[in-house]
Amino acid sequence: MEKLSFRHTTQKALPGAKAQAITGVVASGNLEVLLERALPATECTVEIETPIRGYGDVWAAVVADFVARAQPGGLRITVNDGGARPDTVSLRLLQGARLMEV
Amino acid sequence: MSERIIDPAARGWATSWYEASARARIDGFLDAGSFREIIGPEQRRMSPHLPLFDLPRAFDDGMIIGSGRLDGKPVLVAAQEGRFMGGAFGEVHGAKLVGLLRAALPLNPDAVLILFDTGGVRLQEANAGETAIAEVMRAITQVRAAGVPVIGLIGGRAGAYGGGGLIAGTCSRLVVSESGRISVSGPEVIETNKGAEEFDSRDRALVWRTMGGKHRRLTGGADAFADDTVEAFRQAALDAIARAPAFDLTTLEAEQRRLEERLARFGDCRDATEIWTRLGVNDPEAVPALSTADFDALLANLGETTHDAR
Repeated sequence: MEKLSFRHTTQKALPGAKAQAITGVVASGNLEVLLERALPATECTVEIETPIRGYGDVWAAVVADFVARAQPGGLRITVNDGGARPDTVSLRLLQGARLMEV
Repeated sequence: MSERIIDPAARGWATSWYEASARARIDGFLDAGSFREIIGPEQRRMSPHLPLFDLPRAFDDGMIIGSGRLDGKPVLVAAQEGRFMGGAFGEVHGAKLVGLLRAALPLNPDAVLILFDTGGVRLQEANAGETAIAEVMRAITQVRAAGVPVIGLIGGRAGAYGGGGLIAGTCSRLVVSESGRISVSGPEVIETNKGAEEFDSRDRALVWRTMGGKHRRLTGGADAFADDTVEAFRQAALDAIARAPAFDLTTLEAEQRRLEERLARFGDCRDATEIWTRLGVNDPEAVPALSTADFDALLANLGETTHDAR
């Protein structure tokens, strides 16, 4: 199991007041994303556990792209990966951020 | 925790039970906003065993438990996520269900609902899983003896196999859909042990007519047949709670008689269609394609497939 951890600074806090949300399932080619509003307003962390080793650079790029698009300030995000492709990861992260806003 | 960005029911969309995640089933099934999860994913109560096998864990270990309301009635509910490890029973997964059932004794809800979606015991933590199956069955008998119905709902992609099939057999009532399957040994297990002549696991029609919802309903192994929608399961569960049998010696003796009669009457049949013919179904070949309404009409004509004993 490879553990990855990313910390980003955002320009603003994610809107909404929901304390936590979960989306996705740990299955082959899928992943689950747990989001908690637990950090200062312009900080975001993403912790990942994945059984597929050696793709740290791809994860870093997908997470950086997500942070730039969603501006998820204030969120502690934890990922249990089941071997998802980068596009699925990107989709789930954006779904999770949207769930925290509604 | 809701998993939805929009509410499909508010837009008049039906949600497939088979396709829905365990969380989506709970969301659509209970009264809106009434679900209160126990040991939610934020507590990260994950499997202590899977890391030894370098396998990924899930925050809820594939078992979501909590309380809620069903048409205003207080209920306890447990849902298995069939896509995580095939919904299989591991240590945490099983302990959450055992704990929920034990909580039913002091809480005295109108029912405990188990949304099955499981292949049985998780082989990576099999001792803990087998123990959990036994503990769940014991807890169900205690809950039923206290007068609380335990209703099983089966329509997920993993069905209710292995220990999940055994647990289902101890419930007060079972609701099953076309795609729901109930058995102990799965198709691949039977084929591996007895050969493809005994059971060809790739013959999907054979699998469904031997273990599928319609066959289980026809032989009295399940008590209600539901369309593959969350709303249909909700209505069937409400109906099942209202008609749950007493859990006493009379019910158990009637159940024993029913099973003995079933064995005597159908024990020499080689295929489910032979059983349906003996039950009085005129056109057994047509059964798999029947709509729910036509199937319910067929059941009403047979008249003998609804037993209080189960």
